[in-house]
Amino acid sequence: MKWLIAKFLWFWRIASRPAAHISLGVLALGGFIGGVIFWGGFNTALEITNTEKFCTSCHEMRDNVYQELQRTPHFANRSGVRASCPDCHVPHDWTDKIARKMQASKEVWGKIFGTISTREKFLDKRLELAKHEWARLKANDSLECRNCHSAIAMDFTKQAPRAATIHAKYLVTGERTCIDCHKGIAHELPDMTGIEPGWSAPAELRDRHSYHVPDVDRLSRYLTSVREMSAE
Amino acid sequence: MRGQDRFGLNAMKAIIAAIIGGAMVLVSGAIYAQSVQTVPRVVPRLTGAAQPMGEVPAPPFPRPVTDDKRVMRNYPEQPPVIPHSIENYQLTLRANRCLECHRREYTEGSGAPMISVTHFMDRDGQMLADVTPRRYFCTACHVPQTDARPLVPNTFTDMKASGR
Repeated sequence: MKWLIAKFLWFWRIASRPAAHISLGVLALGGFIGGVIFWGGFNTALEITNTEKFCTSCHEMRDNVYQELQRTPHFANRSGVRASCPDCHVPHDWTDKIARKMQASKEVWGKIFGTISTREKFLDKRLELAKHEWARLKANDSLECRNCHSAIAMDFTKQAPRAATIHAKYLVTGERTCIDCHKGIAHELPDMTGIEPGWSAPAELRDRHSYHVPDVDRLSRYLTSVREMSAE
Repeated sequence: MRGQDRFGLNAMKAIIAAIIGGAMVLVSGAIYAQSVQTVPRVVPRLTGAAQPMGEVPAPPFPRPVTDDKRVMRNYPEQPPVIPHSIENYQLTLRANRCLECHRREYTEGSGAPMISVTHFMDRDGQMLADVTPRRYFCTACHVPQTDARPLVPNTFTDMKASGR
């Protein structure tokens, strides 16, 4: 700790002194040019990591999720609009993007230690990974979906009647968000046991007769009724 | 000598019979081959190329029927047909998109008909709480419909009508 403070003080003594040999012009202009180069380089590097080519340069992505994506309408469709990896998995706004990129450093860790380096490992881990994405999209109200699909621009008369009804009921009211119902639209699904679809009725509205009454309560009620009968 | 003579006669008969038989086979074969060439096909070729290993142009995809109207069954045991599109539905060991609407617990939210009670029964007649594994793969029996024209005419008659 002591040597750290000493190092800092040494740095501060140099940094706080006015420049003795370099002119203010060189400092200001040099600082400006250096800043531009740094910022340009940073952003370029960031953009490179934000491409499908970069994502699929690892076999984990190329052999698993990318192969699955190619069979879905988000890869090939009648109108020729394609969504690539970062369109759905990286926020488009700068601050959110940086936050996501910082989170993604965990993925570098996973790459180095081969967390999903084989198909079997990937399939075992798939539920957890999918849950992360579902949670992320749920939390930001399916922001990445809405970058292209907006409820305002949806013509319900052009949809199948069932789709129109459900969208009017859940999407427009804001009761549910895209990912609640549209899971596994671009990749294969993990083991979905116990994961309820978005349109399932809330638990408290289901099976109205027995939901609120736990078995223990029902048993005790039955026993008291029996006791009362025997008392009579 | 008599015996020899008889033998010669028999051999003669056999040779003549063989010649006549062979001629008949040839003639009938020729007639058959001619009939194959000249008689037009009643039923168009359904699959495959005329030339073996030849290429067949892919017909355009027919459009799925998606009107959500329940279709009458042609006989009581018929698996009901699917009146909606199932394109990109995932039906794997891990996920079953059909059951996300048609499973008993989800029908209230989805409004879809529940899978029938027979689908809860395993092969030993035991009723299970959920779909039995032998009924898991829906599309083994239930199929969606398209607007494709039938390749051959269908003479199916409803059993109600056929008894009269």
